[in-house]
Amino acid sequence: MKARVIVTLKEGILDPPGKAIEGALKSMDLPGVASVRQGKIFDIELTEADSAKAEALLKDACEKLLANLVVEDFRIERL
Amino acid sequence: MQACVIQFPGSNRDGDVMRALEQASGKLPVRLWHTETALPQGTDLVVLPGGFSYGDYLRCGAIAARAPIMDAVRAHAARGGLVLGICNGFQILVESGLLPGVLMRNANLRFVSKLQHISVVRDDTPFTSHYHKGQPIKVVIAHGEGNYTADTDTIARLEGEGLVAFRYCDANGHIGAANPNGSINDIAGIYSPGLNVLGLMPHPENLVDHVVGGIDGRGLFESLASFHSTQVELAQS
Repeated sequence: MKARVIVTLKEGILDPPGKAIEGALKSMDLPGVASVRQGKIFDIELTEADSAKAEALLKDACEKLLANLVVEDFRIERL
Repeated sequence: MQACVIQFPGSNRDGDVMRALEQASGKLPVRLWHTETALPQGTDLVVLPGGFSYGDYLRCGAIAARAPIMDAVRAHAARGGLVLGICNGFQILVESGLLPGVLMRNANLRFVSKLQHISVVRDDTPFTSHYHKGQPIKVVIAHGEGNYTADTDTIARLEGEGLVAFRYCDANGHIGAANPNGSINDIAGIYSPGLNVLGLMPHPENLVDHVVGGIDGRGLFESLASFHSTQVELAQS
């Protein structure tokens, strides 16, 4: 089974790299860009075949390492 | 005082802090590889040194915070043992849950590497007895992620319980005049509630010799050595 974990900063947390990218996009004659938030993607292959167990495992992985829950949220997508 | 300096892949100030501790206490610390699961018998102080553990992959300090030795460091802190985390060590402490909050990218996006003053918030802890309250001390800073933040309740608790250890200031001690990274309330370092765990972004270990421009950093290591001597005297009396 393959899954994708997406980690993003929580709303309201300052994202200086996102702001810098936003500024660059706006300066590149792309006037439709309103704002940018940078995040991370992890594509993970699992040996676990049971989807409920896989979901629980990934949630555990997010909470223990992949996301810092003080400032980040995560979501899990099955690929 | 028996100090133990944990070495992670990418630590690079372990030698500097060992030298500063030896200078202050007369005893060379033990250097311990992060895959160990126990601290040497009789460890008084654990130091998580500066550097770029695991190349700052994922988040600064995140992977080191899950290293095998960290359970022993947590147990040492829970027993009231002293823990000092400097720069990347501070990032590891917040990632491991030993201190609250998080160190975000510097607000101006720049890696700052320069001399900086910090104000000593209190002088009654094991780390600061050789300074005085409000004293501006000169230190080195070298970090890209030192922008300390936490939720409003945590900041209120840190401030209310006197757990802010150092604040960035100018050479005259004016707080609010020289914040290098956007850190909330100019926070440069914080204590655990028991005052036995200190995390700070600046490098006091890099200003302990006149030859490199100052000795203001010595006070922190001398405070630790004095604290330990007092503890030993108390135990013997």
